[in-house]
Amino acid sequence: MDILYLLIPLSVVLVFLIGAVFWFALRSGQFDDLEGPGFKVLLDDDAPDEGREQ
Amino acid sequence: MNARACFHCGLPVSAGEARSLRVADGLRSFCCAGCEAAAVAISGAGLDAYYRLREQATGRPAVAARSADDHAAYDDPAFQESFVVAGADGCREAALLLAGVRCSACVWLNEQVIGRLPGVAGVSINYATRRAQVRWDPSRLQLSEILAAVARIGYRAFPYDRVRADAVHQRERRAALWRLFVAGFGMMQVMMYALPVYVAGREGGMPADVEALMRWASLALTVPVVAYSAQPFFLGAWRDLRAGRAGMDVPVALGIAVAFAASLWATLRGAGEVYFDSVTMFVFLLLAGRFLELEARHRAGGALAYLGRLMPAQAERLGQFPGPIETDRVAVSALRRGDFVLVRPGERVPADGTVAQGEGAINESLLTGESRPVAKRPGSGVIGGSVSVSAPFVVRIERVGADTVLAAIVRLVERAMTERHRLVEVADRYAHGFVLGVLLVAAATAAAWLLLAPERALWVAVSVLVVTCPCALSLATPVALTVATGELARRGMIVTRGHSIEALARATDVVFDKTGTLTHGELRVAAARALGARPIGQCEALARALEAASEHPVARALMHHTDAAQTGAGAAGRVSSHPGRGVEGDVDGIRYRLGSRAFCDELAQVSCDNAPAPHAGATVVYLVSAGAWLAQFELADTVKPGAAALMRRLEAMGKRIHLLSGDAEGPVRAVARSLGIVSARSDADPAAKQAYVTALQQAGAIVAMVGDGVNDAPVLAQANVSVALGTGAEIAQTRADAVLLSGEPGALAEAFELARSTLRVIRQNLVWAALYNLAAVPAAAAGLVTPWMAGIGMSGSSLAVVLNALRLRRRSATRRREG
Repeated sequence: MDILYLLIPLSVVLVFLIGAVFWFALRSGQFDDLEGPGFKVLLDDDAPDEGREQ
Repeated sequence: MNARACFHCGLPVSAGEARSLRVADGLRSFCCAGCEAAAVAISGAGLDAYYRLREQATGRPAVAARSADDHAAYDDPAFQESFVVAGADGCREAALLLAGVRCSACVWLNEQVIGRLPGVAGVSINYATRRAQVRWDPSRLQLSEILAAVARIGYRAFPYDRVRADAVHQRERRAALWRLFVAGFGMMQVMMYALPVYVAGREGGMPADVEALMRWASLALTVPVVAYSAQPFFLGAWRDLRAGRAGMDVPVALGIAVAFAASLWATLRGAGEVYFDSVTMFVFLLLAGRFLELEARHRAGGALAYLGRLMPAQAERLGQFPGPIETDRVAVSALRRGDFVLVRPGERVPADGTVAQGEGAINESLLTGESRPVAKRPGSGVIGGSVSVSAPFVVRIERVGADTVLAAIVRLVERAMTERHRLVEVADRYAHGFVLGVLLVAAATAAAWLLLAPERALWVAVSVLVVTCPCALSLATPVALTVATGELARRGMIVTRGHSIEALARATDVVFDKTGTLTHGELRVAAARALGARPIGQCEALARALEAASEHPVARALMHHTDAAQTGAGAAGRVSSHPGRGVEGDVDGIRYRLGSRAFCDELAQVSCDNAPAPHAGATVVYLVSAGAWLAQFELADTVKPGAAALMRRLEAMGKRIHLLSGDAEGPVRAVARSLGIVSARSDADPAAKQAYVTALQQAGAIVAMVGDGVNDAPVLAQANVSVALGTGAEIAQTRADAVLLSGEPGALAEAFELARSTLRVIRQNLVWAALYNLAAVPAAAAGLVTPWMAGIGMSGSSLAVVLNALRLRRRSATRRREG
């Protein structure tokens, strides 16, 4: 049971770490447009060139 | 793709306009020069892939490809002030609203085309809002060139001058999301610590120091939740208290503060109960509701951007009129009274004025709701924002800026809207009674226990505050409304105000505006009859050939009636049009006339006796050749499919239906008769419409107004709740309480039904919350409820409320599946 004295404070630290990661994600604008980036993967720059080769 | 359909826009290619070109590895045909130019521009940029990737045909380019000069006014620094910001390293940044974007391929295409312009530093397009953020180097590129590049591929870019408002929203959204995340993560983790204490702590299975450690860990996670996430509640409560009111935020803030303070005290002392789990869960659930609400409202607010579009941004000023026709493009804000401007066909009149030169039709439907273009001649007044249909006009400007009719309409609406805010305040005051009651009960309980058993007083009072925590009550309405808002949005109805759903459900009277609401809002062929020996199909083909080159509303109706494949007749030659009378032309060597009875009489020279009398309010045109009457076409603004079914469903819901229109009596009565509407009123101007609705309201009715045009805006605001159909004038969308994007009458009936079940769910929630409080408060006040039980009871009751609201979604999904 002694491990609890380490694990409980560790879980608190972990929560703050995850919070910090989310904060950076939020600040860099990753949650501003939730639809567009998905399409960008499908429609990238080299599509027209492929079209010409075919 | 069909060989007869335009490769770019998919519309049928008429025989006279066929153009073909080698584009995208094949010979393609195009319907017009605009489409051809757009396809050449797209293909020339190596972006053929667009045609493979797009999900639906592109719209026909609104303006045929034009040069950058056309957008020159946008380069004026004074004009740019409102929407361009100077970025880092000398770049300029502007937000543009893209019109015509329909699918992800459109977004990709625009990004490619803008991004490849020399001098563009960056471009990103938000798919959800159709807004482009562009950065460019002003020394290498002008904004007008960017706009022209977008126009060349068939889209239109408008400056979006709400950049600052948008930045504010972005900050708010991020802050709200961050608050929600902090509360959510805090809640989950605190629950992890609380559960073992609930389960093991009661039986003494947990060592005291482990329990203390759990409490300190919970405290560490609750501090940010209370200090940061719960900030809006504390600020709201503070605002309410300073204004001398007791809003819903007051007990919320008090509950959080007292429960947290008591838990803090218990943690520091090492004895007593902690409610960190209740505090964090409470904050999280409330924030989640608010965040979803914020999102829904912002999405609806996108329609506001259309408001500025009604007035054009620039005008062609004629400096030396009536001297030589030389125009210079100026910003509309620079126009003064007495200036002369040129308005080309298809363009908007930039301000109120009178016609100085030119004769033709002007479409004022955005402002008056009248669907048919109005004939204008020198001396006639024209309204800013209306569109020239056929001829170029020279207009002498009489009123600009705030003096225009459009500005006056906007002011009327604003006044009507501020009047309604007082009603909201009255409703608020009722809520205060309840809130004060909660506070009094908690205080009385604390006082009573101080006398009976002082050592338990604080805990019992906190129990009362936690157990009666207005959670269930304050969640009951917003959660149900949020779910209903999302559900309505899925069916194409955007709710822009909090009270809309409630008012929709309570409405006793539904008032419809005819033009564009129940009807198509433009002329359609209602009946076509052959008068001679020729079959009607041939006559229709002849009519189509004669009208092929015309943009007149009658021509559009006839073109809409038939399709290109049906064209048996060849192209018409020697076509001449006689304004106000009709057209004549040769098809296969025979002369035909299509138009009014008198006009046709001149060619036919025989009497026509078998033409049936047309319906009142319909426009009638005839087709004749020399010596023979061929056909009669009856044109009217026809009723949308589904409108009659909507009437029956609304009647089944017990709502009275009214028809209120600015149109003449004949057409209005015809529409009312075909839909079975008893109370119909015609020739109503905006003031009369508003008075009609006010009279209904004074008789105790709750009025739902379904409207369309700009002059409906005052009456939309006067009604208890207003719905604008998205196919109509966009300005109404910005003022209405809800916007039906699909414009389908059937969806409206569904919205009314959903609003009713939403209100039922809200009532169930309130009853449940009241029953829960009635049972829990006396128990807590009597000291029977320990704080941890109160915490679970509170959480459970709010969970029940949320789950009940979510039933709205599931219920409607099932109904759709069954249907």
